[in-house]
Amino acid sequence: MKIAITSTGLSLDSFVSEKFGRCSYFVLFETQTKAMNSIVNSAETLEHGAGPKAAQLIIQQNVDLVLTGAVGGNAEEALKTGGVKIVTGLKSNMKVSEAIDLYLNSKL
Amino acid sequence: MENERTKRQLVILSGKGGTGKTTLAAAFSRLAENGVITDCDVDAADLFILLKPETKEEIPFFGGKKASINKVACTRCGLCMQICRFDAIKDYLVDDILCEGCGFCFRVCPDEAIEFNKVISGNYYDCRIANDAEFLYAKLLPGEGNSGKLVAELKKKASGYFERNKRDWFIVDGPPGIGCPVNASLSGADVVVLITEPTLSGLHDLKRIIKLIQSFKIQVAVVINKFDLNEEITESIETFLGIEGIPVKGKIPFDERVLFALQQGKDIMDVPESNAAKEIRTIWNSL
Amino acid sequence: MIISVASGKGGTGKTTIAVSLALSVQHSVYIDCDVEEPNGHILLEPVISTQQYVTKRLPKIDFDRCTFCSKCSELCEFNAIIVLKSDVMVFEDMCHGCGVCSYFCPEHAIIEVEKNIGEIRKGSTKSEPIDFIDGTLNIGEMSATQLIRQVRKEALPDRTNILDAPPGTSCSMVAAVKDTDYCILVTESTPFGLNDLRLAIQVVRLLGVPFGVIINKYDDHFPALDYHCSSEGIPVLLKIPFDRKVAEYYSRGIPLVHAMPQLKESFRRLFEQIQLVVQRKEMIPGR
Repeated sequence: MKIAITSTGLSLDSFVSEKFGRCSYFVLFETQTKAMNSIVNSAETLEHGAGPKAAQLIIQQNVDLVLTGAVGGNAEEALKTGGVKIVTGLKSNMKVSEAIDLYLNSKL
Repeated sequence: MENERTKRQLVILSGKGGTGKTTLAAAFSRLAENGVITDCDVDAADLFILLKPETKEEIPFFGGKKASINKVACTRCGLCMQICRFDAIKDYLVDDILCEGCGFCFRVCPDEAIEFNKVISGNYYDCRIANDAEFLYAKLLPGEGNSGKLVAELKKKASGYFERNKRDWFIVDGPPGIGCPVNASLSGADVVVLITEPTLSGLHDLKRIIKLIQSFKIQVAVVINKFDLNEEITESIETFLGIEGIPVKGKIPFDERVLFALQQGKDIMDVPESNAAKEIRTIWNSL
Repeated sequence: MIISVASGKGGTGKTTIAVSLALSVQHSVYIDCDVEEPNGHILLEPVISTQQYVTKRLPKIDFDRCTFCSKCSELCEFNAIIVLKSDVMVFEDMCHGCGVCSYFCPEHAIIEVEKNIGEIRKGSTKSEPIDFIDGTLNIGEMSATQLIRQVRKEALPDRTNILDAPPGTSCSMVAAVKDTDYCILVTESTPFGLNDLRLAIQVVRLLGVPFGVIINKYDDHFPALDYHCSSEGIPVLLKIPFDRKVAEYYSRGIPLVHAMPQLKESFRRLFEQIQLVVQRKEMIPGR
């Protein structure tokens, strides 16, 4: 399964971002192979409509699930339409690696 | 081991203007011992008047795009004027104010005579106030659109300070109304304090903003300012809020001393013996 | 003639003044353009005779023709369309109805349909009969300026129209004030009032609309405001002293001139002053 984590940086060591639409990066993690890469969130600097555009980006990347702090209404609708599961509740003092562990151990 | 420190983002909104939102925000800024503050009312930023900041950096903000016609390349075919839905082009000249930045004219022009670029729509200011607390505010240029993006940028920069400098409070003086900038000011909020006044208009607008906030699922509390101007309506407000399950955190009495303080450029907490100041302190402690 | 009433800051008494002016001028028309929070109806209690929905155009995708090429999403300056694997989503509240997507779709797969953004109501009051028009924007909708333009079209050409503008200085205030014959700026005797008056004056000057100031809740403990107006040569049309009783009346929905009937005469004289300015402007060649 491919997970996207909203992040303030490019690595597993970066702190997570609580925002979905305007986070700076997405860290992408494949649970089976443990492969990881990260992408810049091109929607971050958009004047309006960052949420849905970020969702479009995630869906284009074939992500199955998003881990983040909170998701706004329009973004939520877009992700659901694209078949992406949403798990919220990340806090800004967590690192990406911790967030992944917490999720995999069903702690979110 | 997780940090035990309570970290809170507090957003102050009002729906209707003039209810005392900025005055309350200034008071909370004084009471918060370790805080970062943003004035997200970018249309009419007033908080700086009371906080008297020292500006560290002024940063231009690029908002939406605007079209402009290159008169030399233009062959006056008139297609742009036919196509524009906002009446923004008259006599082959684009009205900056009416132009909504859709790019239609730019894309249809057969002579490629139209430029379509981002323009500076305002500036934001990175400042310091008492106790070296960070304070950010912005000013839109006259006639520019309410900008959710500008609010988001202000909050992002402020969040950075909140994290790096380990602040306990992130206080946001929010915009009035119920539009897109209000949404932007709410992202990441832990609690919203709505300040209202006991007038029929105030109650009307309070209902509208509560409807908007309920879709966000954030903890909400209400403060009724100048409640003694009309105790009957104050009661109506309390009844309405009771039904909605929203707590009334405080009722601030009308106090002329507050007005005098404001006129002298001071904030309420400079008059600590006033009833208003006492009530605000109680409200702050309850948060 | 159209006289707009605006204010850089919310809560200065713009609506009660607009209403009071309308009540003081024979056969006037009161138009409430503060579509996010229209409050004029609370003070005037009009009997509504007609209601009409206002719509904006929205794109609708024909999925029999759509190939998910994403061109619409790329071209949309407002990010209101996104293309997913086998779905296209239109975010209605962000769409400006510009028409770019449907025009440029290579498969002609986008048509436009109408979507309700708000409503316009018309009616009249019983006392001092005046005509009443207001616009209310649906909550969550962003197209305030579109609705304001529609409301303005309802102004009656041979009458005195008093237009209550949204507070602030952003694009919705501009949409209300632009091309009106005169603008009354309402302020108050506080530092916020002065700061926001300066912003509002910038906009009104940019728009080329003649203007004057009314100082509401006036008191002489804030000379900076008076000084600013006199040193800039800004006409102060009226100073209404702060009066707690008036505030209490307002909270119950009673307009200023009903709380203080002697003010009707002041508003009538003020109106005559404005008429002179407007007539003089019309006599200048080239206008």
